[in-house]
Amino acid sequence: MLDWLFQVWPGLDASAALLSLSPPGWGGNLLRGAVNSLIIALGAFGLGCMIGTAGALGKLGGGPVTRDLLAVYTTVVRAVPELILILLLYYAGTDLLNQALGALGYRPVQISGLAAGIGVLGVVQGAYATEVLRGAIQAVPRGQIEAARAYGMSAVQVFRRVTVPAMLPLALPGLSNLWLIATKDTALLAIVGFSELTLETRQAASSTRAYFTFFLAAGALYLIMTLVSTRVFAWIEARYRRGQAGARA
Amino acid sequence: MRAVLQPHRLGLIGLALALAVWAAVSLRWDWIPRYAALGAEGLWRTAWLLVLSTLIGFALAVPLGLAQAAGPRVLALPARWFCTLIRGTPLLLQIWLIYYGLGSLFPQYPWIRHSDLWPILRQAWPYALLALSLSYAGYEGEVMRGAFKAVPHGQLEAARAYGLSRLAVFRRIWLPQALARVLPTLGGETVLQLKSTPLVATITVIEIYAVASRVRQDTFIIYEPLILLALVYLVFAGLIVLAFRWLERRFARGLG
Repeated sequence: MLDWLFQVWPGLDASAALLSLSPPGWGGNLLRGAVNSLIIALGAFGLGCMIGTAGALGKLGGGPVTRDLLAVYTTVVRAVPELILILLLYYAGTDLLNQALGALGYRPVQISGLAAGIGVLGVVQGAYATEVLRGAIQAVPRGQIEAARAYGMSAVQVFRRVTVPAMLPLALPGLSNLWLIATKDTALLAIVGFSELTLETRQAASSTRAYFTFFLAAGALYLIMTLVSTRVFAWIEARYRRGQAGARA
Repeated sequence: MRAVLQPHRLGLIGLALALAVWAAVSLRWDWIPRYAALGAEGLWRTAWLLVLSTLIGFALAVPLGLAQAAGPRVLALPARWFCTLIRGTPLLLQIWLIYYGLGSLFPQYPWIRHSDLWPILRQAWPYALLALSLSYAGYEGEVMRGAFKAVPHGQLEAARAYGLSRLAVFRRIWLPQALARVLPTLGGETVLQLKSTPLVATITVIEIYAVASRVRQDTFIIYEPLILLALVYLVFAGLIVLAFRWLERRFARGLG
């Protein structure tokens, strides 16, 4: 059925053989790398959202010291390259953990690349998420929160029932951007030797010398992730915007 | 000044100073004189890579944004694809594709290998500059699209009614207004571009990050070079923010 394509594109059969999923081809490695990338991105994004929520609440309602420390955190993380933060947090994190374990009398452990990757990218994402969520929470009309308080809701209830549903539509565009950044930042872990998509691609490319084939294939995989996530976020946004008067994208 | 002098701020500043003194005294900095010359070279390379890629990227971003905002479909669609492609894939992958891909393609053509450009094309920096410029162009093309669209249409029509040519309308009304609106965003994006420059160290361009990595490999000192590097990037980012604040004051005058 696709014979004509092979005829107009010389070398396509060679590329297809290189990308095939069974062992002589490298497709399986690429897909495994892509799955690893996705897992890290999901973990980092989740961790980032948690840090971001805590950070936003701290920036809005915390004491002066908390606020200053959070300002330092978001400023430093947003000005220093992720690559350097990854190296710093990776070495420092492993060191501190092992020193703490040593002080408690345990033997040192080797932190898995997966956990380190999630932790480090999560801290980076947290700084950006803090700003996104802070802006969104601030944009919730004060009257709504005051009304909820007047109904006798506790602070937790107000946050869960009023603040979060009201701020989510405002935060979603920023969060969707952050998710896209998370999927692409996983590529940085290639430099510390974690076998996610970009590193698998480079290994496949340098052992077969078919650079264009593999880098373009990996690019297509990343692009698919991006385009699918854009769709998913658009759908979520449309869902959360229902019943919001006057709130448009 | 009063904001700085609140009691808790003084405490935090004291704490930061104590940390700095502790770091200066008890960490190892004896490697700095040996690597000072290399470090200066690396700083210079990071700076010109950043400035050149930003300028080239922006020069490409204006037509990309214009094509998407007002161009015919033949131009608008490719421009949109380009921006989606650049924004949808990691920069590291783009750098490696350009360096290893083009780098392995070029030597196969004798006329390229025998041309006068070959001594330049054999080095890594042209590929780094190309990848960084294309990346900036892709992100800023999207930004400029929004900026061009945000300029009120009535102004352009009024300018045309005054008898200005299309080129004059673009040069004197459309572009300045779009730029003034978009400067704060561009400032943030340029800091992001700064944060992308260390990636070119992976294709053997010796900029400041690569220098720090070499210190780490040669001396097995891990934290000190990285901390100094982080400070260097903080200063760079601060300079970018200041530069854009100056630009904003200069170009956003008279815009409500």
